[in-house]
Amino acid sequence: MFEDLALKLESALKKVRGQGKLTENNISDTLREIRRILLDADVNFKVAKDFIEDVKTKALGKEVLSSITPGQLITKIIYDELVHVLGGNQSEIKINGSGITTILISGLQGSGKTTFSAKLAKKLKDNQRRSLLVAADIQRPAAVKQLQMLGEQINIPVFSLEEKDALKVVKNSIEHANENNFNTVIIDTAGRLHVDEDMMAEIEHIKNYVLPTETLFVVDAMTGQDAVNSARIFNERLNFDGIVLTKLDGDARGGAALSIRSIVGKPIKFISNGEKLNQLETFYPERLASRILGKGDVISLVEKVQENFEEIEADRLEEKIRKNEFDFEDFLKQIKAIKKMGSLSSLVGMLPGLGSQVKNMKVDDNALVKTEAIINSMTYQERKKPKILNGNRRMRIARGSGTSIQEVNRLLKQFSEMQKMMSQFSKKGFGGPMLKNYKFN
Amino acid sequence: MSIFNSLRDRLSKTRNNLVNRIKETISGKASIDSNTLEQIEEILISSDVGYYLSNKIIENVRTKMLNTKDRTSDKIIFDVVKSELKKIFDNNSTSRVSESNNQAKPYIILVIGVNGAGKTTTIGKLAYNYKEQGKKVLIAASDTFRAAASEQLEIWSERAKADIVISEKSVDPSAVAYEAIEKAHKEKYDVLLIDTAGRLHTKSYLMDELVKLNRIITKKLNRAPDETLLVLDGNSGQNAVVQSDEFSKTALITGLVITKLDGTAKGGIVFQIFEKQKIPVKYIGVGEDITDLQPFNAEEFISAIVDIN
Repeated sequence: MFEDLALKLESALKKVRGQGKLTENNISDTLREIRRILLDADVNFKVAKDFIEDVKTKALGKEVLSSITPGQLITKIIYDELVHVLGGNQSEIKINGSGITTILISGLQGSGKTTFSAKLAKKLKDNQRRSLLVAADIQRPAAVKQLQMLGEQINIPVFSLEEKDALKVVKNSIEHANENNFNTVIIDTAGRLHVDEDMMAEIEHIKNYVLPTETLFVVDAMTGQDAVNSARIFNERLNFDGIVLTKLDGDARGGAALSIRSIVGKPIKFISNGEKLNQLETFYPERLASRILGKGDVISLVEKVQENFEEIEADRLEEKIRKNEFDFEDFLKQIKAIKKMGSLSSLVGMLPGLGSQVKNMKVDDNALVKTEAIINSMTYQERKKPKILNGNRRMRIARGSGTSIQEVNRLLKQFSEMQKMMSQFSKKGFGGPMLKNYKFN
Repeated sequence: MSIFNSLRDRLSKTRNNLVNRIKETISGKASIDSNTLEQIEEILISSDVGYYLSNKIIENVRTKMLNTKDRTSDKIIFDVVKSELKKIFDNNSTSRVSESNNQAKPYIILVIGVNGAGKTTTIGKLAYNYKEQGKKVLIAASDTFRAAASEQLEIWSERAKADIVISEKSVDPSAVAYEAIEKAHKEKYDVLLIDTAGRLHTKSYLMDELVKLNRIITKKLNRAPDETLLVLDGNSGQNAVVQSDEFSKTALITGLVITKLDGTAKGGIVFQIFEKQKIPVKYIGVGEDITDLQPFNAEEFISAIVDIN
């Protein structure tokens, strides 16, 4: 199936490269494929449609760079937007500094609430919280017993009552927590369908009574199209604070998460995989985005495009060097890129076409700090046109960067030599040995 | 008739949604246009029928409508959509249970599925159904893994007035099943229901455990379990197809049980599973009461979803 998918995508992408701008026409095949991929991943029909429309509107008219196709560009834009939507307003759960922190756990039957409740209690206990688990699921047979057994495993007390009224259990548990100095109360509730009025009213009453610090909605990653309906109604009734995605250790693509995220606009706060009670994971939007788009096909494509984007940057730089327009702005960008990569020596590889020739160049990594400081003290105009740097300006820069005027002069001299060399490169092609003896210091 | 009505009641929310949307879609239109077809696609995909199958159906509907003179009536389009859905079931509705097996005693039903699908609840309801038919029913608590699983099953067995085998000492699901089969033979039970732990189909060691369980049962019985039911959450999306593929590798699945259909989820994934693997749906779960398990009937299922009153 994946091969089939990859093939289709490839053919959709085999359009002419560098078509100037993104148009309805040159991205339509790709959009159709992406839509199909989203639907296969269980992204809700409407959500997928709106999502693609939004991205399209934002993308139309964007310039397509020479080395990629419009299809690749739009795929990249979609991936980035997916990460953005999934990860937006990311946040931890709220914990009250003083008083009791109450956490209400809600969701459909079988979504994984009880296991998650225990995992959360364990995590908070590891953070030195005095946690109490509350068995407010009085519907499912032996649900109380299940929570008690889990509580025993992690050494966390479980509050329960022989009682047919969940609200009463909760009320008593809060009292119990107050009297026994617990500062965290995690309330596990019965699974319920969003169309079950009695049960929805019950959890609403619990919420209104407790006024929880945090209300979480637990959802099975394998859920299909209907995820939006249940999430919407739970949100209308409870106005929950965040989503917990469970069972992602299967191979479901998890598109429901995108649907819910889009419909209710609440952040995904936890990933709860597996039945071991320490398996509570942080949520990475990039991973989920990759997963929704599918392994092996779109993702390798996105990676390819990302590589291409770096090449494009390099292409631009080369172009500037060729036209003898390399200025301090570009220099600063290069320095920043190098710092990200770790060491100055890698500058060598970054300058396009120069790699092998400057292998033996001696570099002092500390020199970068001063160089950057000096450039940072220049105005934009000075960076663009170093020729205007007269004595007064140089003095100001030296003061601003905490260096001496000699150091500023040296950098300027080196820079102009570099420019000269670059123009020679571009005339002769990148062949000469000139940079060999160049020293950054 | 009563089952049909009750099913229709249960599914009425679903039906009303769909019917209203289809009505909106086609009323007042002189002919079926691409917009209408697109909206039918939405209805099918929103029911988890899946992209590929929805479009296949749409394609067939389009072709059929081209040859239909009267395209004004919404009933005609309904009928075509319905008949296309029905065709999928027709082509595949061969029973996987042989007649001779139906006479087997004890009649052994193995219940498998991912976590939270509703296996234990389904077993409680099945036990009740068989008791209602006057059968002597035994349940084996072979979910030795999840906390309080056997306690949960025990409560169901009490409600159904069925007997249960729970091993105090063994954590090996096969050992519990073995013990239950011996008891069923010795005490002449008609039906033995074997519960198993929920497992994600991606966890190979858990799937291996299921293979072992199936092997032990087969060896002890001198035949495979008479039925192996895969329980699927009605809320499932496209992953249910993968689930049924993977679980099929551990045992010959004789039927599906689709649970939680009393919400707004449509359970449309069964069409794909039918088409691909020819696994028939045996039951649907429509509530938490012990009576809330219905035999599956393709025609009623489709009618309850698509039909206009």
